[in-house]
Amino acid sequence: MNYNWDWGVLFREPFGGWLISGFGWTIAVSLAAWTLAFTLGSVIGIMRTTDSKLLRGIGTCYVEVFRNIPLLVQMFLWYFVFPELLPDDAGMWVKREMPMPAFTTAAVCLGLYTASRVAEQVRAGIEAIGQGQRNAGLAIGLTPAQVYRYVLLPVSYRIIVPPLTSEFLTIFKNSSVALTIGVLETTAQARQIEEYTFQGFEAFTAATLIYILVTSIVMLLMRLIEGKVRIPGMISLGAK
Amino acid sequence: MFGDFDTGVIFQNWHFLLEGMQTTLLLTVIAIVGGLVLGTLLALARLAPFKPLSFVAGSYVNFFRSMPLILVIFWFYFLVPLVVGRPVGGFYSVLIAFVLFEAAYYCEIMRAGIQSVRQGQIYAGQALGLTYAQNMRYVVLPQAFRNMIPILLTQAIILFQDTSLVYVVGIKDFLVSADLVANRENRILEMFTTVALVYFVICLSGSLLIRRLQRKYAQ
Repeated sequence: MNYNWDWGVLFREPFGGWLISGFGWTIAVSLAAWTLAFTLGSVIGIMRTTDSKLLRGIGTCYVEVFRNIPLLVQMFLWYFVFPELLPDDAGMWVKREMPMPAFTTAAVCLGLYTASRVAEQVRAGIEAIGQGQRNAGLAIGLTPAQVYRYVLLPVSYRIIVPPLTSEFLTIFKNSSVALTIGVLETTAQARQIEEYTFQGFEAFTAATLIYILVTSIVMLLMRLIEGKVRIPGMISLGAK
Repeated sequence: MFGDFDTGVIFQNWHFLLEGMQTTLLLTVIAIVGGLVLGTLLALARLAPFKPLSFVAGSYVNFFRSMPLILVIFWFYFLVPLVVGRPVGGFYSVLIAFVLFEAAYYCEIMRAGIQSVRQGQIYAGQALGLTYAQNMRYVVLPQAFRNMIPILLTQAIILFQDTSLVYVVGIKDFLVSADLVANRENRILEMFTTVALVYFVICLSGSLLIRRLQRKYAQ
């Protein structure tokens, strides 16, 4: 193998700065997307457990559509096709004036995609509690909304901490797909350093370490939280 | 808007798109077979009583599972020609990346599958005088595979979707072919909508089939 090692390249300007800014974008995309995915995913997951056929149907359609199209294709649909479908003014705004178009599109797309997966976990969490508690809540005169708020959700969120952790790590890794529409996150920066300096080994190793480091920190943190919120006597739903 | 949606462009380039789909399917099938074989071996190693072996297999799995697939594709696209010493073409690099990456996920599935086989079965095998290898080959693995069929198929659908990521190194799969046509004919709307629809139909039929299988096995 013919290769000139030069680890110094990672600390030389501008390449070191590229990696750091790439890391920043990775975190930004992941957190923004997670906020959307968690909120919308919860709503859709809850919808799929209600008594209303209509709400259940909408929830099911959402999950099936977003789960069965590759993330990369969805990314292209939002970035290239979606502005074309809007009325002219709105389309122009999305293309020209929207602040940070690539970042915003990537975060929204990743958020909507992951919402379908979060929804499945939330639904599984609520279904794991069983019909008895729901009936008990209704029997003591709670409204359906109160049953969710005070009986079902506090328990179900606590038992789905492990699968939600793994969904968050998935979003964190999937944020690399944003590079296809021009967000210069960690993987994109590593690739760029490789193209500029031919030091692919060093650049990709740095990126790999960044991902492994964040994954390990998140797993440790969540294990602590999981221990704190565990309900004695109740088995949590294992991560996939 | 959809007013001037031109379906003609799809039919004119049908053969080109079909070729792309063949690449996608080829990649998917080889990655499933390779990933499953390597993943099963890894799972056996992970559950082996010999500690260093299970540690190595466990590290392998954790390593690949904490990396984005795109980064793995870039790694091997860069690494394989360097190790081989001559250009081998992007397809082979990507193929290796997929097999090694998927093996980590299949390992976890197979590990759960092996652990789902009741301990009594293993004892029974030992009592019959089977060696470790025979016990695995004739008693444990057949049951493990059967228990895991739905999850293995779900993973296959995920893998089928993931192959679209070869876009980042320009392998001419289904998505890249469509992208080429879209840019050449200036028909982005038509091509990407078609791509999304084709993926959707294939993956949805796949997951409906799995659900039906699951119901059948549950009975």
